[in-house]
Amino acid sequence: MKENQTRIFEKIITRTIQFSGYSSILFVLLILFFLLSEGTPALFDVPLSQLFSERWYPIEDYYGILPLILGSLVVTLGASLVAVPFGILTAVFIAEIAPKWLQEIMKPLVELLAGLPSVVLGFLGILVVSPFLRDTLNLPTGLTALTGSLLLGGIAIPTIVSISEDALNNVPESYRHGSLALGLTRWQTIWGVTVPAAKSGILMAVMLGVGRTIGETMTVMMVTGNAPVVPTTLQALFMPIRTMTATIASEMGEVATGSSHYHVLFFIGIVLFLFTLLVNVIASNISSRKLKRSERILS
Amino acid sequence: MQTVKKSNVLKQLRIEKLGFSVLTILSIATVIPIIAVVIYIIYLGAPAISWEFVSAMPSEGMRAGGIWPAIVGTFYLTIGTALFSVPLGIAAAIYLSEYAPMNKVTQSIRLAIINLAGIPSVVYGLFGLGLFVIFLNFGTSILSASLTLSIMTLPVIISTTEEALRAVPQSFRVVSVSLGATKWQTIWRLVLPQAIPGILTGVVLGLERAAGETAPILFTGAAFFLPRLPNSPLDATMALPYHLFVISTQVPGMPIQIQYGTVLVLLVFVLIMNIIVTMIRSRARAKRQW
Repeated sequence: MKENQTRIFEKIITRTIQFSGYSSILFVLLILFFLLSEGTPALFDVPLSQLFSERWYPIEDYYGILPLILGSLVVTLGASLVAVPFGILTAVFIAEIAPKWLQEIMKPLVELLAGLPSVVLGFLGILVVSPFLRDTLNLPTGLTALTGSLLLGGIAIPTIVSISEDALNNVPESYRHGSLALGLTRWQTIWGVTVPAAKSGILMAVMLGVGRTIGETMTVMMVTGNAPVVPTTLQALFMPIRTMTATIASEMGEVATGSSHYHVLFFIGIVLFLFTLLVNVIASNISSRKLKRSERILS
Repeated sequence: MQTVKKSNVLKQLRIEKLGFSVLTILSIATVIPIIAVVIYIIYLGAPAISWEFVSAMPSEGMRAGGIWPAIVGTFYLTIGTALFSVPLGIAAAIYLSEYAPMNKVTQSIRLAIINLAGIPSVVYGLFGLGLFVIFLNFGTSILSASLTLSIMTLPVIISTTEEALRAVPQSFRVVSVSLGATKWQTIWRLVLPQAIPGILTGVVLGLERAAGETAPILFTGAAFFLPRLPNSPLDATMALPYHLFVISTQVPGMPIQIQYGTVLVLLVFVLIMNIIVTMIRSRARAKRQW
């Protein structure tokens, strides 16, 4: 009798757990469904040629999302230029060079940066970074693409550092020993052996860092000035700009449900979703390639 | 011959020394701003902190008084998020680590989790607006916002929990099952307790992120200003990060003191969460028997 009860209980639990496991697929499908059902009507409301034009001015029914897409790309590119070198070099330093005590200080600091809410970085951007840039570079306003890039760099750095560091730590100790035994210096070992061996992990770290940057909302909304202009020259870096994320965040609160503007904002959500999907697919391809290579080495 | 080699070695050692110095300087330059930010916020925020500031309602259009409703709101949202995401996340991780077969479906689940982790927070906001606020008619409420934040937090909880479960040696499970325990008994009595420190770390990190988010709650549950505390899950609420956004960009003539004070409260919250994580980790490392 009791055994029977245990068996039924076991069965219920197993089913519940299985369903929870499948729930992630359900959520992705739900997200996709709601983005598509609210976003695709934009294609009927607004002619395609206008949707990808250069003028975003919703009050007069101009829904050109080109400046927003380019704005996101400019800020992301700028942030990568900051975060990729600093992130990778810091990871190499923590994993390969720093003495134990310094590691114990640096790792929690990087984690702290990862935990800081993006509004806090935006706040510091408004009060510290933007006045500083305005005064030193003699700009009309400090709320520029550059300001956004610098702060977003700070958001991408923890991701890049921690994943690259993991990749470096996963390189077998025997690789380093072999290299050192052949008479190479530690410096040569790092760049000739360890970093190449961890290359795919580091690439993945960069992709995931970039992914976070494209999707970041509050910081860019607070510090980039939000002017929807098409960036054409390098000069654009020192001017206000507007990203896709900031547009959704600042305008969704004021639109009427079901209006063209509402549908276009959801459509921008679809574009954003596709961008991050692309980045993630590349990142997971890198990691599965790594798996295959290590399998080959082990066999 | 010998001398050429020797000078070569010396050259390499000089390069090494130079390289190490450059890397040290660059890495320290990366973390110094973090320390500077912490000191800066504490220095400028501390004078604003008083019992009144953390326990009173805002007054005079938020230009005076305290931030109590924002603190309470963030507390409610965090609890709400935990209620949904912690059980679901842990169950999903148990499935992936203990039950899931190696097949296409499991691969799709993993792909879905990676995907969820990459979706921008503002897109979660759109999704929450579409599903919870409008379709399910929960309105802009604590419930809608918590559900939105839960789904966003899931991937963090699932992946850290799965890692913690996998770290428990396989032999534990084999012995337990061979003694006649069922699979669930083994998981519940043996595997889960061993994995608790790792699971807690994931939960705290996930909730820390959820509590600091603004974009997902913008159109699902955050209120600009409320004259009273929310009294049901279907009420909208103020929240600390959103409040900071509002007072630093939307309210003209906002006293700078209050802004810095609010940032400090947020920072203290993040610091406490980080310290909890560090403590769990080091205690677990000291106690581990395998």
